[in-house]
Amino acid sequence: MANAKEIKTVLFGPVFANNPIALQVLGICSALAVTTKMDKALVMCIALTLVTAFSNFFISLIRNHIPSSVRIIVQMTIIASLVIVVDQLLKAFAYDVAKELSVFVGLIITNCIVMGRAEAYAMKSAPGISFLDGIGNGLGYSVVLMTVAFIRELGGSGTVFGVEILPLVKDGGWYQPMGLLLMPPSAFIIIACFIWILRTFRTEQVEKA
Amino acid sequence: MSSNNDSISKTLIVVISLCLVCAVIVSTAAVQLRPQQTANKLLDSQKNVLAVTGLLSGSDIAALYSKHIEERFVDLDSGELVDKPKDYDYRKAMKDPATSERLSGDEDIASIKTRANVAPVYFAYENGVESGELSAIVLPIHGYGLWSTMHAFLALGPDGTTIQGLNYYEQGETAGLGGEVQNPKWSAQFVGKKLLDQSGQPAIKVVKPGNASADSAFEVDGLSGATLTSNGVQHTFDFWAGAKGFAPFLAKVRDGALNNG
Repeated sequence: MANAKEIKTVLFGPVFANNPIALQVLGICSALAVTTKMDKALVMCIALTLVTAFSNFFISLIRNHIPSSVRIIVQMTIIASLVIVVDQLLKAFAYDVAKELSVFVGLIITNCIVMGRAEAYAMKSAPGISFLDGIGNGLGYSVVLMTVAFIRELGGSGTVFGVEILPLVKDGGWYQPMGLLLMPPSAFIIIACFIWILRTFRTEQVEKA
Repeated sequence: MSSNNDSISKTLIVVISLCLVCAVIVSTAAVQLRPQQTANKLLDSQKNVLAVTGLLSGSDIAALYSKHIEERFVDLDSGELVDKPKDYDYRKAMKDPATSERLSGDEDIASIKTRANVAPVYFAYENGVESGELSAIVLPIHGYGLWSTMHAFLALGPDGTTIQGLNYYEQGETAGLGGEVQNPKWSAQFVGKKLLDQSGQPAIKVVKPGNASADSAFEVDGLSGATLTSNGVQHTFDFWAGAKGFAPFLAKVRDGALNNG
């Protein structure tokens, strides 16, 4: 197994240094769809982190036996099975959230982060470290998702995790909610700002013009 | 290590065994978790019935439901209350040719193709079932909108025509436009309107947004930017308040059939 420093890089690197959404620009489809409410986004983050971690683990476990001609299909089969299991678990234990997330849990299958990490990392690395890589990338995804969800829920509905922070005009308060934040395009704008701020501090991430 | 990984036999072995393992895992999860999921679905449906009658207060849904709601079954053609059919599931019953009726083109106003012979209705008692004071009748209705079949519960007063609540709980319309059919603010305008006119004909009119007159007992605003979803709502009401829907049952309600039972 790898040493402590490598573990740290693999686990926390994807949060800012090598963020799957901000730097690799993967998996932004679901970042648009499930970020209007923080509780929804949180469940989505947990689901995606678990799927990425376990798919990395299992794919890495059998990486020496996967025939290269069918490797993508083998990866997809493992990922799809995990996603179905997660979906079933959500329906059994968090029905309300599962109903709101509806198709987006199923769409984790096509989330580029899962597939990308399986192909780029798990196919070449040991199971333990691949698992951590999955967790790390899940964390990176979660940081962006939760930031976007926080801004959208606070600005769009005046709440955080459903708890009222800014009293809305329609309920007798003073805050006029910003409807744009509830629409999908606002997530593009927020993610773009996130990338902009990140790259201002980490200039090495700026792509050459 | 694996120079022969790409041989046909190795490929087949890996693929087949992987499929077997995955199939076993997925089916185990599905079978093991089914009772829990069915319970959740039931609870969700109970919650929606309670919500439309305004009796949803507190989190113990099962207890509230058994206190306030009585589930009965109606033969839609005759309008008579009947015993619960064996192994009854409304969603299955409406599709199964043995327990449903295929609607002809003229009859099928709400584009639902088939209609169950027996539908559930829910009697709500504000002061508890044993009090016997009926406060609302909840009817399940559904109809096709723009993209999806929209399912709702409609709560009527004991007179069988005054609307007490409408709750669209399942739909797949465009989020933000037709999806607003689920918005409680929109469905709130149905409260107090009359489902049927004096002669017992379907009377709810979904009009262009902003044109509904506040004095009218029948007009409600449609959804702006969602004409086809609004039409779907109109058709759903026309069908379920009509002869093929709950009209025979509601006629009996008005004649006081529920007072004897």
